[in-house]
Amino acid sequence: MTNINPNTPMEKMTPGGDIYNSGNAREFKTGDWRSIKPVFLSEKCKQCGLCFPVCPDDAIPVNKDLKREDFNYDYCKGCGVCAKTCPFGAIEMKEE
Amino acid sequence: MSIRERLSGNEAAATAMKQINPDVVAAFPITPSTEIPQYFSTFVANGTVDTEFVAVESEHSAMSACIGAESAGARAMTATSANGLSLMWEMIYIASSLRLPIVLSLVNRAVSGPLNIHNDHSDAMGVRDAGWIMLFSENNQEAYDNTLMAHRIAEHESVRLPLMVCQDGFITSHSIENIELEEDEKVKEFVGEYHPEHYLLNQKEPIAVGPLDVQSYLFEHKAQQAEAMKNAKKVILEVAKDFEKMTGRKYGFFEEYKLEDAEVAVVCMNSTAGTTKHVVDELRSKGIKAGLLKLRVFRPFPVEEIAEALSHLKAIAILDKADSLNAAGGALFEDVTSAMYVCNKHVPAVNYVYGIGGRDTKADDIEKVYEDLLEISKSGKVENPFRYFGLRKEAK
Repeated sequence: MTNINPNTPMEKMTPGGDIYNSGNAREFKTGDWRSIKPVFLSEKCKQCGLCFPVCPDDAIPVNKDLKREDFNYDYCKGCGVCAKTCPFGAIEMKEE
Repeated sequence: MSIRERLSGNEAAATAMKQINPDVVAAFPITPSTEIPQYFSTFVANGTVDTEFVAVESEHSAMSACIGAESAGARAMTATSANGLSLMWEMIYIASSLRLPIVLSLVNRAVSGPLNIHNDHSDAMGVRDAGWIMLFSENNQEAYDNTLMAHRIAEHESVRLPLMVCQDGFITSHSIENIELEEDEKVKEFVGEYHPEHYLLNQKEPIAVGPLDVQSYLFEHKAQQAEAMKNAKKVILEVAKDFEKMTGRKYGFFEEYKLEDAEVAVVCMNSTAGTTKHVVDELRSKGIKAGLLKLRVFRPFPVEEIAEALSHLKAIAILDKADSLNAAGGALFEDVTSAMYVCNKHVPAVNYVYGIGGRDTKADDIEKVYEDLLEISKSGKVENPFRYFGLRKEAK
């Protein structure tokens, strides 16, 4: 399927906006909806594992050793649930 | 050879559906269209068709199930009336915007309230800008014929739009008339099979249907729908030509009844055209040059063709069986007069709102309309373009 972008003329767009592809939500970067962002303070983090299950958007990557890494800001919408959940103050919400 | 039968309009629609044998029918009963899914469910129960019949809990669900089925790659049909269509309203727009050629049998009835279950066109007029092709039928034969042609039009590659076949509630839906049916095999061959290029159940090509359509895209998708509606005009005529080859019955955008040499004419849709033909014949026998334009294809609206067909007249009356309640005339009146304006054809025109909530439309009423038209044609003046007939008013 050809790449459809905001410059694509109507004749080249698919009828009804159908996408002839799967798993394409990945391509829709929703991070710019954010007004406040979580900042990961790794020195305070105990890797307790409470933050990433509560993220509604899978924006906290977990590596092979089951340790969380820094936020994926492409998708984090800044809801702040992780910061509320963290018992160690390792996530701080800051203005964008 | 076609088969002589006598059927009601609802039986005619259900018979067409039986012969089409769609993959899915999802419907909810509502007067006066109830009989269509009722008859159809007996075909399902008897094994006459191999359709999956979904007995849904509402019309919103009926249209939703049709959308799901059609996206999956199936051919889906439904039937409804009035408030049933109102409850479908949200999904009516989804169906057309997702370019799903669903076929709906709409048995026209007044949208309440106050509560009324009788015929007028307020249901259809409520969805006139929803991106559906809309065919109107004078009688049971036309309801049957329009349904047989529906899929060929709706599913055409250059169209891909849902389509509704309208007929008048009770007046045609519950009246038994003679009808010519086509043989099952011939219908099957005429309608053909449905093989969409992209569909959800295709394992080889996973697709997403109806994704988020933000500011950079919706405008273009709407323009595509508008383009498809324009393309439908050509397809409607092509399909009608093929249909005529099979049945000998001729269809166009509209029927011109004694219009060619007429001086005054009425424009109307559905069963009123039958009554009007009778009046035209009566007037012709008295030497009055009366004519009729019966519109079959309301969406897409045949702008140039209508303007051309009416351009030679001295006065026109456009009859609306739904009041737009806008102080500017009914929907058909607005479309016809706007078509004539943009085509630079000026003929004095007057609008009559009539038949609301099943009010009887009598030959006498229509004769009076022609009398008014003769007056207008003499003076060339229209005193009050927004009129009623059949309405009770205190005598002045």
